[in-house]
Amino acid sequence: MTISLDLHMYLGLSAMLFCIGVAGVLTRRNVIVVFMCIELMLNSVNLSLAAFSSQLGDPTGQVLVFLVMAVAAAEAAVGLAIVIALFRNKQTVNINDINILKW
Amino acid sequence: MDLSLLLHDTLAIGPISLITLVGLVVLTIEALHNKTENINCWISLVGLAAALVLSLVQLPTTGTAFSDMIATGGYASFFSAVFAAAGLLTVMLSKSYIKKQSIEHGEYYAILLFAIVGMMLMAAATDLVTLFLGLELMSLSFYILAGFVRRRNESNEAALKYFLLGAFATGFLLYGIALLYGSAGTTHIPSIVGKAGMLASSTMFLIGCGLLLIGFAFKIAAVPFHMWVPDVYEGSPTTVSGFMSTGGKAAAFAAVLVVFAPALVRGVEPVRDVLAVIAALSMIVGNVIAIAQTSIKRMLAYSSIAHAGYILVGVIAANSYGAQGVLFYLVAYTMMNVGAFGILSYLESEDGKNVSFDDYRGLSASRPTLALLMGIFMFSLTGIPPFAGFFGKYYVFAGAVQAGYTWLAILGVLMSVISAYYYLRLVVLMYFSEREQDAPVIAVPTSGLGMAALVLSAIALLGFGIYPSVVLNFISHFF
Amino acid sequence: MPFQLISIAVFLPLVGFLINGLLGSRIKSEKAIGVIGSATVGISFVIACAMFFDMLGSPPEERSHIIEIFKWIAAGSLNVSFAYQIDQLSILMMLIVTGVGFLIHVYSIGYMHGDPGFWRFFAYLNLFIFAMLNLIMADNFLLLFLGWEGVGLCSYLLIGFWYDRKFDKGTTGDAAKKAFIVNRIGDFGFLIGMFLIFEMFGTLTFKDVFTQASTLSVGNTTIMWMTLALFLGATGKSAQIPLFVWLPDAMAGPTPVSALIHAATMVTAGIYMVARCAVLFALAPTTLMVVAIVGATTALFAASIGLVQNDIKKVLAYSTISQLGYMFLALGVGAFAAGLFHVMTHAFFKALLFLGSGAVIHAMHDEQDIQKMGGLKSHLPITYKTFLVGTLAIAGIPPLAGFFSKDEILWKAFSGGYWPLWVMGLIGAGLTAFYMFRLLSLTFEGKPRWDQHHLHPHEAPKTMAVPLIVLAGLSVVGGFVGIPHSLGGGNAIEQWLDPVFEVANRKMFLTPHAVVPLEYVLMIASVLVALAGIWLARTWYLKKTEVPEQLASRNRGVYNLFLNKYKVDELYDAIIVNPILKTSEMFLWKVFDVKIIDGIVNGIPRLIGMFSGVARKIQTGVTQNYALAFVLGVVLILGFLITK
Repeated sequence: MTISLDLHMYLGLSAMLFCIGVAGVLTRRNVIVVFMCIELMLNSVNLSLAAFSSQLGDPTGQVLVFLVMAVAAAEAAVGLAIVIALFRNKQTVNINDINILKW
Repeated sequence: MDLSLLLHDTLAIGPISLITLVGLVVLTIEALHNKTENINCWISLVGLAAALVLSLVQLPTTGTAFSDMIATGGYASFFSAVFAAAGLLTVMLSKSYIKKQSIEHGEYYAILLFAIVGMMLMAAATDLVTLFLGLELMSLSFYILAGFVRRRNESNEAALKYFLLGAFATGFLLYGIALLYGSAGTTHIPSIVGKAGMLASSTMFLIGCGLLLIGFAFKIAAVPFHMWVPDVYEGSPTTVSGFMSTGGKAAAFAAVLVVFAPALVRGVEPVRDVLAVIAALSMIVGNVIAIAQTSIKRMLAYSSIAHAGYILVGVIAANSYGAQGVLFYLVAYTMMNVGAFGILSYLESEDGKNVSFDDYRGLSASRPTLALLMGIFMFSLTGIPPFAGFFGKYYVFAGAVQAGYTWLAILGVLMSVISAYYYLRLVVLMYFSEREQDAPVIAVPTSGLGMAALVLSAIALLGFGIYPSVVLNFISHFF
Repeated sequence: MPFQLISIAVFLPLVGFLINGLLGSRIKSEKAIGVIGSATVGISFVIACAMFFDMLGSPPEERSHIIEIFKWIAAGSLNVSFAYQIDQLSILMMLIVTGVGFLIHVYSIGYMHGDPGFWRFFAYLNLFIFAMLNLIMADNFLLLFLGWEGVGLCSYLLIGFWYDRKFDKGTTGDAAKKAFIVNRIGDFGFLIGMFLIFEMFGTLTFKDVFTQASTLSVGNTTIMWMTLALFLGATGKSAQIPLFVWLPDAMAGPTPVSALIHAATMVTAGIYMVARCAVLFALAPTTLMVVAIVGATTALFAASIGLVQNDIKKVLAYSTISQLGYMFLALGVGAFAAGLFHVMTHAFFKALLFLGSGAVIHAMHDEQDIQKMGGLKSHLPITYKTFLVGTLAIAGIPPLAGFFSKDEILWKAFSGGYWPLWVMGLIGAGLTAFYMFRLLSLTFEGKPRWDQHHLHPHEAPKTMAVPLIVLAGLSVVGGFVGIPHSLGGGNAIEQWLDPVFEVANRKMFLTPHAVVPLEYVLMIASVLVALAGIWLARTWYLKKTEVPEQLASRNRGVYNLFLNKYKVDELYDAIIVNPILKTSEMFLWKVFDVKIIDGIVNGIPRLIGMFSGVARKIQTGVTQNYALAFVLGVVLILGFLITK
């Protein structure tokens, strides 16, 4: 397989976005923002998948993109529900305050 | 796709369709009626039992369904049976437990069933797309189950940690899938594995393998992707922890074995080295930190990390011994860990207490049967014959020696010596020490269903240990 | 064919365990429980005898039988049957285990009388016999290992049997745990050895492994590591340096357990295993050297610790370790038959001594300190007489059993050219005679040092006395099966076992050699050393009773002689005995044993525990730290994969 220049650009952008997402997860304190960074990671992968798909001329990648979006939506529903349940008990969404389970 | 083919394929993946259907039925009943917990429990039990039987019936066949996206029969059926059995035991144990914890909602069963569907999909996947779908279905269900005791802070925290880290890991896994797809040009697993030898020099392929591996390593709780495990297992409802540590781990291993074991034989050596280091670290970290724990629940969480290491040794061996060892080990581990967590759930108080080592002092006097069962589970976890845990260890280590990984086998055996220290501590406390005078006696409601599950697990452990061929005969022709 | 009965013989104790274990709490009658427990073992013994006589009647090459019970594992290349091998070696062990086991079961009926855990005790004992029979009858390594772990498990359960009692500084539970964990270290070696065997030979069946091994040449490195690993397993089970520390603590269990498991049978499993693998060990001269040195060192070292123990059972425990050392010495110099001969005689006299000590403890109401005994001879005449026989036997006084077996070992060590080991063994023999007679004197002779107003020691009941008498009889005549050629005997036991060790002996170029005069000299030397030990012990410990007239009048002949030499004795004591005792107590026991070896065995877990306590703090509870660890892992893995 020859990798075209275009694909390189897309993959590079995707990798950058992914790293930004990872950095956000590691540094942000607000649970919601951390979650949004994770979404960024997923979507950056979607970019790669779409790029590969178009390069290979194979639709599987794009099908997977749709699946990932659906999964991400479900994840968001579950995640927000968990955050709400937590907020009710602790009145906080700061990730540093959520550490009664340790050692 | 015409209708008859659809019907044929749906039947071919019988256990998966069945459990999905049962899950939906449970949800519907829950939506339409009040006071449905008992019905839902029994429906789930019947559904899981039927799925178990169906899986065993399909075991001798092999095939694929849905345009080669899902495997049927053989390996997939074997794992379907394992998950159905684990689910069955968990549901039996859950009935009294969720009542005690006042979380008796029908959704509990429905979500548990969906998690099982996810596991079955993972084990049956022949395509990375199916694999991803199964993994996410299982994970999402587990996030919810972990936080099922909404009023309890620990449960919320467990759910949140699991969710955040799980979704984080999903990102890496997905990236791995994308890179594998990009380098191999397909998501069909056997095709990728077939090209593995050719692609082994491609950096993109190796990174893809690495990222996929990391995603799985997270699910099987291997070091250094294990940090969530103790917290999540400790905070989750105990029956759920038991199920996560067995079904969840087994599903991830089923996928790892399909994706990696054949590739390793085809000479993707660097990945094998990475796996070996991960396995060694898991055995060391899990066993060493388990020693200092005061809560049995948390001890079992660390022990689960250690066991992930032992099982990985079998994956690394990548020969028929190792692979059979992995499968046998997973069966045994399912029985003993569901059992051990089951006893914890049995004796846990309403506020989640009574799970520390000290609470188990003199248990043999107050609850002789439970103490005996716990003793069996602990001995089996230590790997002492004639319990099934021994043969699991024996096979994976023998496989490793055969594959030239003697150092891993030696480390593994050495680490299981260390593990005797904390497993036996519990036995010593139960049998050879007396309850403190002022310790509160917690009245435990007895549950016939739960007890039956515990006794069944113990009998299975002993039976598979004395006569391992029962299981080995099924799995010997997979590899 | 009586050989088909083997499965009945092995499984009967399991039946006993199931009956007593499941229904025991409901059977109210101790008699019924005791009879079930003893009878199952007794019948096994009868079957073993039947098989033995059948074998005696058939030519040597037809004496080996393999009885398959069922196909155990038949998957891929690993084929293991649940099968028993009856040959000269295993039948000998089976006779010992079921015979001595039966006597100890009978004894326990009396000893455990009135104990609330009576049924539990018999259930465990029966389970032990079942596991032990599997260990010795197994025809493959896997089944042997199953029995190996099974006996360990039973030993663990029985050491902690009286969990509400204190033992030394801890509880019996601590002692049980220690025994189990130290044994796990040994098992680690066993497992590694087994993996290497499977890796090398592709099978785990004894017959196949040894047939393949017999074609190999001496000095194979893999074989060396394999046998060293197996030997590590043996040191764990058979309490040799450095893993012997659990055995003295194991005395926390009831005395019949000490007699059966920690003296006569289980602790000899290591010797049995090495003997069974004689072919493999014969291929590894280095390992054999290690075995011999470890054995001789343990023999001498444990004997010297036994000199200063004051707990009657601890003396016997160190004595057991020391005697096991002799057996390993025998194996190490290639005298496999002599080692097993000593296993047999030791089973007789050590079981006798332990049961005798049990009778004493029973009579003294759980007092175990020999400093608080004395003068029990007149109260416990049967126990005293049988104990005396056992003591003479272990001291190596002809013609009792211990003389022949120990002398055979020493002679083989010397004639094999290992004279430094022979010297160690000889000194050990002297020490053995000394500490055993010290024990005998302090317990049974001299002035009573216990409260005569409140304690009224009484002779043991019949169920306890009869086994003592039988074992005493065996301790007297047991050695006659191994009278060496030099004394006009045929060394029947060596001939009996010869087919089993034939290949091993051939590998080691060992051939039977003619009688040489030197053999008599050595024999006399060892008897003299033993007599010296006895004489010293009696002088030293009976002199201190401060009633020389009484002593003189009672044992005029001998004691007058001793008394007249008082000054010499004093000098002797001051320059030799005292320093030895002090070194033994201050250094070997209190420092080397308690501090160093015990320290290592206890210290390693403690060290890991401390490390564990620190390491767990890595788990901070903050999610982002977990994510950070995750990312670090990712970076390392990907970095490795890219640079590869």
